[in-house]
Amino acid sequence: MRTSTFPGRFESLVKISEFVARSVEAAGFDDPAAYCVQLAVEEACSNIINHGYGGEGKGDIKCSCEVTDDELIITLRDWGETSCPTSAPEPNFDVPLENLKLKGAGLILINKIMDEVHFESAPDNGNVLVMVKRR
Amino acid sequence: MNITSAQYKRCDLVKMVGRIDSDTAQGLKETFKTITEAGRFKIAFDMSEVDFMSSIGVWVLLDTQKRCKRYNRGDLVIASVNENIAHTLDLAGLIHFFKIYDTVLEAVGSF
Repeated sequence: MRTSTFPGRFESLVKISEFVARSVEAAGFDDPAAYCVQLAVEEACSNIINHGYGGEGKGDIKCSCEVTDDELIITLRDWGETSCPTSAPEPNFDVPLENLKLKGAGLILINKIMDEVHFESAPDNGNVLVMVKRR
Repeated sequence: MNITSAQYKRCDLVKMVGRIDSDTAQGLKETFKTITEAGRFKIAFDMSEVDFMSSIGVWVLLDTQKRCKRYNRGDLVIASVNENIAHTLDLAGLIHFFKIYDTVLEAVGSF
Protein backbone atom coordinates (compact mmCIF):
# COMPACT_ATOMS: atom_id res chain seq x y z
CA MET A 1 0.00 0.00 0.00
CA ARG A 2 1.25 3.49 -0.89
CA THR A 3 0.35 6.50 1.23
CA SER A 4 1.06 10.20 0.87
CA THR A 5 -0.26 13.36 2.50
CA PHE A 6 -1.09 16.50 0.54
CA PRO A 7 -2.05 20.05 1.61
CA GLY A 8 -5.77 20.62 1.14
CA ARG A 9 -5.32 23.07 -1.69
CA PHE A 10 -6.58 23.00 -5.28
CA GLU A 11 -3.01 23.06 -6.57
CA SER A 12 -2.58 19.65 -4.85
CA LEU A 13 -5.17 18.08 -7.15
CA VAL A 14 -2.67 17.44 -9.96
CA LYS A 15 -0.21 15.86 -7.51
CA ILE A 16 -2.91 13.65 -5.97
CA SER A 17 -3.99 12.64 -9.47
CA GLU A 18 -0.42 11.71 -10.39
CA PHE A 19 -0.03 9.78 -7.13
CA VAL A 20 -3.21 7.80 -7.81
CA ALA A 21 -2.26 7.31 -11.47
CA ARG A 22 0.73 5.18 -10.52
CA SER A 23 -1.49 2.72 -8.63
CA VAL A 24 -4.11 2.81 -11.37
CA GLU A 25 -1.40 1.83 -13.83
CA ALA A 26 -0.11 -0.91 -11.51
CA ALA A 27 -3.67 -2.25 -11.24
CA GLY A 28 -3.76 -2.59 -15.03
CA PHE A 29 -6.87 -0.54 -15.82
CA ASP A 30 -7.39 0.53 -19.43
CA ASP A 31 -7.27 4.22 -20.33
CA PRO A 32 -11.01 5.05 -19.97
CA ALA A 33 -11.21 3.32 -16.58
CA ALA A 34 -7.98 4.97 -15.43
CA TYR A 35 -9.35 8.40 -16.38
CA CYS A 36 -12.60 7.73 -14.53
CA VAL A 37 -10.86 6.64 -11.32
CA GLN A 38 -8.69 9.75 -11.33
CA LEU A 39 -11.80 11.86 -11.91
CA ALA A 40 -13.59 10.23 -8.94
CA VAL A 41 -10.59 10.96 -6.70
CA GLU A 42 -10.47 14.54 -7.97
CA GLU A 43 -14.18 15.03 -7.21
CA ALA A 44 -13.78 13.57 -3.72
CA CYS A 45 -10.76 15.75 -2.93
CA SER A 46 -12.49 18.90 -4.21
CA ASN A 47 -15.44 17.99 -1.99
CA ILE A 48 -13.12 17.68 1.01
CA ILE A 49 -11.50 21.07 0.35
CA ASN A 50 -14.76 22.90 -0.43
CA HIS A 51 -17.14 21.31 2.07
CA GLY A 52 -15.02 19.42 4.63
CA TYR A 53 -12.48 22.16 5.24
CA GLY A 54 -14.59 25.04 3.92
CA GLY A 55 -11.80 26.32 1.70
CA GLU A 56 -8.16 25.96 0.81
CA GLY A 57 -5.28 25.70 3.25
CA LYS A 58 -7.31 24.52 6.25
CA GLY A 59 -5.92 20.97 6.53
CA ASP A 60 -4.39 17.97 4.82
CA ILE A 61 -5.67 15.12 2.69
CA LYS A 62 -4.06 11.74 3.26
CA CYS A 63 -4.35 9.44 0.26
CA SER A 64 -3.67 5.70 0.29
CA CYS A 65 -3.80 3.33 -2.66
CA GLU A 66 -3.81 -0.45 -2.38
CA VAL A 67 -3.78 -2.81 -5.34
CA THR A 68 -5.07 -6.31 -4.64
CA ASP A 69 -5.59 -9.27 -6.96
CA ASP A 70 -8.91 -7.99 -8.27
CA GLU A 71 -9.37 -4.39 -7.15
CA LEU A 72 -7.91 -0.99 -6.44
CA ILE A 73 -8.76 0.48 -3.03
CA ILE A 74 -8.33 4.24 -2.60
CA THR A 75 -8.68 5.74 0.86
CA LEU A 76 -8.92 9.48 1.50
CA ARG A 77 -8.65 10.80 5.04
CA ASP A 78 -9.27 14.38 6.16
CA TRP A 79 -9.82 16.21 9.43
CA GLY A 80 -12.45 18.72 8.35
CA GLU A 81 -16.16 18.91 9.03
CA THR A 82 -18.06 15.73 8.27
CA SER A 83 -19.31 15.97 4.73
CA CYS A 84 -20.54 12.55 3.73
CA PRO A 85 -20.52 12.21 -0.06
CA THR A 86 -22.58 9.03 0.02
CA SER A 87 -25.65 10.39 1.83
CA ALA A 88 -26.49 13.50 -0.20
CA PRO A 89 -29.56 13.15 -2.43
CA GLU A 90 -28.82 12.57 -6.09
CA PRO A 91 -29.64 15.70 -8.11
CA ASN A 92 -32.10 15.63 -10.99
CA PHE A 93 -30.51 16.75 -14.24
CA ASP A 94 -33.48 15.73 -16.37
CA VAL A 95 -34.83 19.28 -16.37
CA PRO A 96 -34.78 22.23 -18.79
CA LEU A 97 -31.46 24.07 -18.81
CA GLU A 98 -32.90 27.19 -17.14
CA ASN A 99 -34.03 25.09 -14.16
CA LEU A 100 -30.79 23.17 -13.79
CA LYS A 101 -29.20 23.57 -10.35
CA LEU A 102 -25.47 23.63 -10.60
CA LYS A 103 -24.42 21.12 -7.99
CA GLY A 104 -24.18 17.41 -7.34
CA ALA A 105 -22.44 16.18 -10.49
CA GLY A 106 -19.28 15.24 -8.60
CA LEU A 107 -21.25 12.98 -6.31
CA ILE A 108 -22.97 11.29 -9.23
CA LEU A 109 -19.64 10.68 -10.92
CA ILE A 110 -18.06 9.17 -7.79
CA ASN A 111 -20.96 6.79 -7.29
CA LYS A 112 -21.20 5.78 -10.95
CA ILE A 113 -17.47 5.31 -11.48
CA MET A 114 -16.54 3.41 -8.35
CA ASP A 115 -17.89 -0.05 -7.53
CA GLU A 116 -18.02 0.62 -3.80
CA VAL A 117 -18.01 3.87 -1.81
CA HIS A 118 -17.86 3.84 2.00
CA PHE A 119 -17.68 6.77 4.39
CA GLU A 120 -16.82 6.77 8.08
CA SER A 121 -16.31 9.60 10.51
CA ALA A 122 -14.82 9.44 14.00
CA PRO A 123 -14.26 12.45 16.30
CA ASP A 124 -10.56 11.74 16.90
CA ASN A 125 -9.79 9.99 13.67
CA GLY A 126 -11.12 12.30 10.99
CA ASN A 127 -13.25 11.40 8.00
CA VAL A 128 -12.41 8.36 5.93
CA LEU A 129 -13.70 7.81 2.40
CA VAL A 130 -12.95 4.42 0.89
CA MET A 131 -13.51 3.94 -2.83
CA VAL A 132 -13.11 0.59 -4.54
CA LYS A 133 -12.73 -0.08 -8.26
CA ARG A 134 -12.78 -3.68 -9.43
CA ARG A 135 -10.99 -4.86 -12.55
CA MET B 1 -3.17 26.70 -17.80
CA ASN B 2 -3.45 28.41 -21.15
CA ILE B 3 -6.67 30.02 -22.35
CA THR B 4 -7.02 31.96 -25.60
CA SER B 5 -10.01 33.56 -27.22
CA ALA B 6 -10.64 35.17 -30.59
CA GLN B 7 -13.61 37.05 -31.96
CA TYR B 8 -14.76 35.98 -35.41
CA LYS B 9 -17.57 37.20 -37.62
CA ARG B 10 -19.96 34.40 -36.70
CA CYS B 11 -18.89 33.60 -33.16
CA ASP B 12 -16.16 33.74 -30.52
CA LEU B 13 -13.71 30.85 -30.33
CA VAL B 14 -12.25 29.93 -26.96
CA LYS B 15 -9.46 27.41 -26.56
CA MET B 16 -8.01 25.95 -23.38
CA VAL B 17 -4.96 23.73 -22.99
CA GLY B 18 -4.48 21.29 -20.10
CA ARG B 19 -6.76 20.44 -17.18
CA ILE B 20 -10.04 22.07 -16.21
CA ASP B 21 -10.30 21.51 -12.48
CA SER B 22 -10.94 23.48 -9.28
CA ASP B 23 -7.54 25.11 -9.68
CA THR B 24 -8.03 26.32 -13.27
CA ALA B 25 -11.80 26.64 -13.85
CA GLN B 26 -12.00 30.22 -12.59
CA GLY B 27 -9.84 31.48 -15.46
CA LEU B 28 -12.10 29.78 -17.98
CA LYS B 29 -15.19 31.18 -16.27
CA GLU B 30 -13.79 34.70 -16.50
CA THR B 31 -12.96 34.26 -20.19
CA PHE B 32 -16.53 33.22 -21.02
CA LYS B 33 -17.93 35.97 -18.80
CA THR B 34 -15.91 38.65 -20.60
CA ILE B 35 -17.46 37.51 -23.89
CA THR B 36 -21.07 37.31 -22.69
CA GLU B 37 -20.85 40.60 -20.78
CA ALA B 38 -19.80 42.20 -24.07
CA GLY B 39 -23.12 41.02 -25.47
CA ARG B 40 -21.80 38.09 -27.54
CA PHE B 41 -23.52 34.76 -26.95
CA LYS B 42 -22.37 32.54 -29.84
CA ILE B 43 -19.31 30.71 -28.59
CA ALA B 44 -17.35 27.69 -29.84
CA PHE B 45 -15.11 26.02 -27.27
CA ASP B 46 -12.12 24.13 -28.67
CA MET B 47 -11.35 21.25 -26.28
CA SER B 48 -8.84 19.47 -28.50
CA GLU B 49 -6.04 20.04 -26.00
CA VAL B 50 -8.04 19.63 -22.79
CA ASP B 51 -7.08 16.28 -21.30
CA PHE B 52 -9.09 16.39 -18.06
CA MET B 53 -12.28 18.09 -16.89
CA SER B 54 -13.87 17.71 -13.46
CA SER B 55 -17.43 18.69 -12.53
CA ILE B 56 -16.39 22.27 -11.73
CA GLY B 57 -15.46 22.61 -15.41
CA VAL B 58 -18.82 21.17 -16.43
CA TRP B 59 -20.53 23.77 -14.26
CA VAL B 60 -18.57 26.58 -15.92
CA LEU B 61 -19.78 25.33 -19.30
CA LEU B 62 -23.37 24.94 -18.10
CA ASP B 63 -23.43 28.35 -16.44
CA THR B 64 -22.16 29.88 -19.68
CA GLN B 65 -24.65 27.86 -21.69
CA LYS B 66 -27.49 29.22 -19.55
CA ARG B 67 -26.44 32.78 -20.35
CA CYS B 68 -25.95 32.03 -24.05
CA LYS B 69 -29.29 30.30 -24.56
CA ARG B 70 -31.41 32.81 -22.64
CA TYR B 71 -33.88 34.50 -25.02
CA ASN B 72 -32.58 32.18 -27.78
CA ARG B 73 -29.73 34.62 -28.31
CA GLY B 74 -26.94 32.11 -28.81
CA ASP B 75 -25.29 28.81 -27.99
CA LEU B 76 -22.10 27.41 -26.50
CA VAL B 77 -20.94 24.55 -28.71
CA ILE B 78 -18.03 22.22 -28.06
CA ALA B 79 -15.41 21.03 -30.54
CA SER B 80 -12.95 18.12 -30.46
CA VAL B 81 -13.71 16.88 -26.95
CA ASN B 82 -11.72 13.77 -26.05
CA GLU B 83 -13.51 10.48 -25.53
CA ASN B 84 -12.85 10.22 -21.80
CA ILE B 85 -14.33 13.66 -21.12
CA ALA B 86 -17.32 13.00 -23.38
CA HIS B 87 -17.89 9.69 -21.59
CA THR B 88 -17.93 11.30 -18.16
CA LEU B 89 -20.24 14.11 -19.37
CA ASP B 90 -22.56 11.34 -20.54
CA LEU B 91 -22.13 9.45 -17.26
CA ALA B 92 -23.19 12.54 -15.29
CA GLY B 93 -26.25 12.92 -17.54
CA LEU B 94 -25.20 16.36 -18.75
CA ILE B 95 -23.96 15.83 -22.29
CA HIS B 96 -27.34 16.61 -23.88
CA PHE B 97 -27.06 20.28 -22.91
CA PHE B 98 -24.35 20.77 -25.56
CA LYS B 99 -23.91 20.35 -29.28
CA ILE B 100 -20.62 18.58 -29.84
CA TYR B 101 -18.68 18.74 -33.12
CA ASP B 102 -15.70 16.70 -34.27
CA THR B 103 -13.73 19.72 -35.48
CA VAL B 104 -13.39 23.41 -34.69
CA LEU B 105 -14.31 24.19 -38.29
CA GLU B 106 -17.64 22.39 -37.93
CA ALA B 107 -18.31 24.07 -34.57
CA VAL B 108 -17.64 27.56 -35.91
CA GLY B 109 -19.55 26.72 -39.08
CA SER B 110 -22.62 25.77 -37.05
CA PHE B 111 -23.38 29.44 -36.39
